[in-house]
Amino acid sequence: MTKISMTIDGVRYEDEVEPRMLLVHYLREVAGRTGTPIGCDTTNCGACTVLLGSSDGANPNGDKLSVKSCSMLAVQADGADITTIQGLTNGEGAGEAGARLHPLQRAFHEEHALQCGYCTPGMIMAAADLLRDNPNPTEEQVREGLEGNLCRCTGYQNIVRAVLRAASEGASS
Amino acid sequence: MTSQSDTAANEIGKRRTRKEDARLITGQTNWTDNIQLPGLLHVAFLRSPQAHAKILSVDTSAARQMPGVIAAYSGADFAAEQGSLPCAWPVTPDIVIPNHPPMATEEVRYGGEIVACVVARDRYAAADALEQIDVDYESLPPVLDMEAALADGSPKVHEAGNKSFEWVFANGDMEAAFRDAPVVLERTYRQQRLIPCAMEPRAVVCAPVADEYTLWSATQIPHVLRVMLALVTGIPEHKLRVIAPDVGGGFGSKLQVTAEEVLAVLLARKLGRPVKWTESRSEGNLAVHHGRDQLQRIRIAADADGRLRGLSVDLLADMGAYLMLVTPGVPLLGAFMFNAIYKMDAYSFKCTGVFTTKTPTDAYRGAGRPEATFGIEHAMDDLAAELGMDPLALRRRNWIAHSEFPYTTISGLTYDSGNYEAATARAVELFGYDDLRKEQEARRASGDPVQLGIGVSTYTEMCGLAPSRVLGQLAYGAGGWEHASIRMLPTGKVEVVTGSSAHGQGHETAWSQIVADRLGVPFEDVRVLHGDTQVSPKGMDTYGSRSLAVGGVALYGACEKVITKAKVIAAGMLEVSPEDLEWTPGRWSVRGDPDQGKTIAEIALATFAAHNLPDGVEPSLDSDATYDPESFSFPHGTHLCATEVDTETGRVRIRSYVAVDDVGTVVNPLIVDGQVHGGLAQGIAQALYEEAAYDADGNLLTTTLADYLVPSAPDLPTFVTDRTETPATTNPMGVKGVGEAGTIASTPAVVNAVVDALRPFGVRDVEMPCTPQRVWRAINEARGAAR
Repeated sequence: MTKISMTIDGVRYEDEVEPRMLLVHYLREVAGRTGTPIGCDTTNCGACTVLLGSSDGANPNGDKLSVKSCSMLAVQADGADITTIQGLTNGEGAGEAGARLHPLQRAFHEEHALQCGYCTPGMIMAAADLLRDNPNPTEEQVREGLEGNLCRCTGYQNIVRAVLRAASEGASS
Repeated sequence: MTSQSDTAANEIGKRRTRKEDARLITGQTNWTDNIQLPGLLHVAFLRSPQAHAKILSVDTSAARQMPGVIAAYSGADFAAEQGSLPCAWPVTPDIVIPNHPPMATEEVRYGGEIVACVVARDRYAAADALEQIDVDYESLPPVLDMEAALADGSPKVHEAGNKSFEWVFANGDMEAAFRDAPVVLERTYRQQRLIPCAMEPRAVVCAPVADEYTLWSATQIPHVLRVMLALVTGIPEHKLRVIAPDVGGGFGSKLQVTAEEVLAVLLARKLGRPVKWTESRSEGNLAVHHGRDQLQRIRIAADADGRLRGLSVDLLADMGAYLMLVTPGVPLLGAFMFNAIYKMDAYSFKCTGVFTTKTPTDAYRGAGRPEATFGIEHAMDDLAAELGMDPLALRRRNWIAHSEFPYTTISGLTYDSGNYEAATARAVELFGYDDLRKEQEARRASGDPVQLGIGVSTYTEMCGLAPSRVLGQLAYGAGGWEHASIRMLPTGKVEVVTGSSAHGQGHETAWSQIVADRLGVPFEDVRVLHGDTQVSPKGMDTYGSRSLAVGGVALYGACEKVITKAKVIAAGMLEVSPEDLEWTPGRWSVRGDPDQGKTIAEIALATFAAHNLPDGVEPSLDSDATYDPESFSFPHGTHLCATEVDTETGRVRIRSYVAVDDVGTVVNPLIVDGQVHGGLAQGIAQALYEEAAYDADGNLLTTTLADYLVPSAPDLPTFVTDRTETPATTNPMGVKGVGEAGTIASTPAVVNAVVDALRPFGVRDVEMPCTPQRVWRAINEARGAAR
């Protein structure tokens, strides 16, 4: 067993884990952050995408990159600062209607960019990273940028629309 | 969430954003794999690595010694109690339905079949212990090709042979239709095998308490599953509760009673402890039922002007190794759809169900209707080419005119409504059909290496499954009704219980709109409950584009009953005769004196108090309604696809795609558009990308999403969608259903466009999926043949 510590959605966790434990299993089963689902075991679908950065505090939000948490070991994330879909609406009032939605979450709702919703957490986190990298993407850049995330319900049309809408509303800032 | 509260009535047709989004976009979901219970044990299954083999021995003793392992079993350990997985659709009296133990005991017949299992404290320990199970197999020859399987001397999948059934239908004088026909077209098309790939892998949790069991499953059919589990396991139905929590897509793949569900119940019963199993994607690609997989031999007789005389269809349908819940019925849903929107003198249909040593097939989005639509729409484009006609002109020559509805087709279904002229005219306009044809001519003339192709699909489908009487005639094991109930709460809020079981369709939103529209209560005041047999005890669940056309109409009926009950109570409150009242949504008022009235909320409160109800009136506004459709519904539409095909590389790019659908009355255009988009993506995926491929030994090659090419965002175009609205006349709402339309229509539109681009080269077909390699080969083989 290996001792690790990390910050997940603003809360610090310390646990002993098997070195082989996947980060996504740590998030879901040890930390209880079940908002991040698992869609495949081969890094193809992106449902488990989260944002991961160093936790030295220098730049707590700006340097977080999207990673597929099924293809990373929990021990590799030792010391990391992680944001999951549940962290986008963190804080008091998160349970109230209309409370504190991230512009991407709002846009996904308004544009009907989800049906079953299983890919949605990963799709939103990947889109957040895409907009951090390119705050004003074209439609084609959005499609290319989300290539690593699969959706079986929407045909992507409304996902693309939602990301463009969130960009126009300044989601990256 | 954005609130759109305004007038409550006229909710039908409103672009409501969805209620279910609130939990889905914030990660507050309840997927089956999220469920944690005290003492929950994890199950892992050992699956056959061979397509076909005798099981000589299974030794689980070493696995039992592993740390954290509670138990390990082989099929033999459950032989006395595991029964056989059910097939509910014995399509002919002499159909062969092989025994199908959830855990194999003597023989394995496809790669991925379960042979043993481990129950352990966590999923890692369970996976470790699987490696310690020793299975001795004696390999048997695989059976992979349907035609070879039916030939004399083929190795047998089952002792009874490789033919499960033969089902025939005929109407009209075929001999006369083909005798002296000026044109006879003969084609063989292949419907490749597909893997449904819902994004949420299957998962199941079973918790025993004394002799009662609660099962959570990622299923589309909690109600059907409960009945079937009771029949298979012998646990009394009233001691089984089945819950479908948030379910991440189904597309038919979760319309099943699976080995894993049955075994979860049996393990929970044996151990007296809660168990959980969650599948990996590669496990799912092997073991979730597959879809499609047909060989279609089609013959058409026509007059020189394109008028259809006769159509003959001879299908081979791959059942895979066993018959699952509705496996044999799937191709028969296509039997009534090959004639599509066309008039003809005669039609014959034959389907042979064939066993192979592959994963069983069953319903996948459209289930039989996409296959049929592909066959006829591909053949119509081919016939047009043969006749030198425009493919749209050929269709106009043969389709049922708007003025001819209701129309009974050659396959015996009565189409209540439709307007193929209007949908086609709109699609042609949006597509810029004539301009694209001109561009196509120019590219052909100039020898452009990138050729333009135009594909047509004027589809219809049958949905709203289904009139129970018809299902009985087709030997299906259950009815096709749906149930809804309404609970009027004292404060005027409304709880709706539906037997439909949504997994992405947006029932919580659409059903709220129906109730708001009928009862005149605010959209926000309605809550929809579903997917739990304890909360929603009656239902037939969600598949076959049936939810709105059957379940929605049931809810409409339940609303009418509430209104009728409220009338009597309102009359008592107003001290007038019920005959003197009139209803406007949300309110009963005195005719001629509209100020005198009671809102439904006021009536609900008065009913709750029950202080002063008229004599003999029960203190309840609640209602139940069960609706059995009198007929199927028949959505239709015209889809046009333009592809650019690079003749040097074989690459296909969809240049534009126009879908004009007629799904009858639209409750929520936002949801309908979304269903169409997703349906198109799945149909296009069949045309261009996806195939469950096997090697010569019967090993599935596409066990991951790296090999099985579910399209991602850059693989698909932006669709142009529009609608015509011809209400169904067979239900009071005029609704038809939309879940499968996009998938049914789009596959032939795309393939027709690919072939159309290549007709000048002599190409008549490109086998699906139309990969660059296949397209390139088709071009070069046609060129070689021409030399």
